[in-house]
Amino acid sequence: MKLTVNGRAHAIESAPLTPLLRVLREELTITSPKAGCQQGGCGACTVLVDGKPVRSCLLPVAAVDGSEVTTLEGIGTPERLAPVQKAFYEQYGSQCGFCTPGFLMATHALLERNPSPSREDIEHALAGHVCRCTGYVKILASVEAAARGDVAESGGEPSLDDAQPGEPEVLIPGSPA
Amino acid sequence: MAAVTDVVLPATPEEAVSAFGDGAGVTVVGGGTIVMPEISAGRLTPAKTLLLARAGLSGITREGGKVTIGAAAPLESLVDLPAPVGPCAANVGDVEIRTQATVGGNLCAGEGHGAPRGDLQGALLAVGAQVRSAGAGGERTEPLEDFLSNRGGRLVLDVSYDEPSAGAFVALDRPHTHEYTTLAVSAARHADGSVRIAATGAGGTGTRLASAEAAASDPRAAGEAALQDVTPHDDALASAWYRSKVLPVLVGRALTRLQENR
Repeated sequence: MKLTVNGRAHAIESAPLTPLLRVLREELTITSPKAGCQQGGCGACTVLVDGKPVRSCLLPVAAVDGSEVTTLEGIGTPERLAPVQKAFYEQYGSQCGFCTPGFLMATHALLERNPSPSREDIEHALAGHVCRCTGYVKILASVEAAARGDVAESGGEPSLDDAQPGEPEVLIPGSPA
Repeated sequence: MAAVTDVVLPATPEEAVSAFGDGAGVTVVGGGTIVMPEISAGRLTPAKTLLLARAGLSGITREGGKVTIGAAAPLESLVDLPAPVGPCAANVGDVEIRTQATVGGNLCAGEGHGAPRGDLQGALLAVGAQVRSAGAGGERTEPLEDFLSNRGGRLVLDVSYDEPSAGAFVALDRPHTHEYTTLAVSAARHADGSVRIAATGAGGTGTRLASAEAAASDPRAAGEAALQDVTPHDDALASAWYRSKVLPVLVGRALTRLQENR
């Protein structure tokens, strides 16, 4: 079997009924799709197959042999966040982060097919995604910000290197010196 | 995990029918939404698995007042059909689940883990759908009611119905985190003026509400009559008591909406 994941072709050796989620995480070590409920109920494993958001935990890999799969790794990197990632970062749309890849993939797919979604469109597109930390207000605000293009122009995740001269260094209690 | 030779991915309906045979020992995977969690959790180890993803069974045709839906058509492809079928499909799960879940799987769904499944059964009963299936004894086409009462060892090929002159679908709202429909009612008025009504979530499969149909001209009376057609049950989503209180309301609303859609 073959899969093209984030533009790269892979020969797949997992058994044919292995869920796509497990193939991605365990055979290809692509770990943004999360193994949450593993019965289709939580949305954390959502990836795009041929451009459509699907639950990778429910897909036997043989059923998508030859398909194009896109995971979060395919739309942004830590150095160069995708606009939806930036929006979630800036609007505090992520807390523990476990559900975030699923939300981001569903949001990415939504904005691809509908660049100016209404609040109702967003709720509809994210209905299958469960977050147990933030609630949904900041997630919805993040998607709206991404749709408006209201995200910082450059860069990715801020790092300590961005600290201005004179700012105190961040010390982590208990860390060695 | 099953060996490679035990997983079949047919490329045509004929290949699917041939691989299914009489269905003995065959696990059919349409979209996987029901079967895959069982396989992943080790509760089901199929001797032979038939994947319908590429069997050419996912087409939908709508012409001359007749709708024909392939067994592997994803529910998301039905959401724009007129009531009750379209709104019923749109009420299932969420957009990813609807992109994967298939009509055939929905018709074959048994009771879930403490929740009713098979939402479309109600809507398709209301429109008087016919199911074409393969299995022991060859192909057969029969009313959905008959199929639901005797569906073991059958491979659904397609489902078809004449478009009703009016339709209505009403459901109890679902809380965000519950994927399953607690209770829903579909109603359809047909070209001959007859009204068919069916419920999802009032029994192990979709249930036709014949007593309510007989009283269909009076929504309130029909709602009360519907209770004669069902044996509501307790499950994780709602109690039998609650279902028996809500069913008459939903039947009444569906019939009122049907009158408005005349």
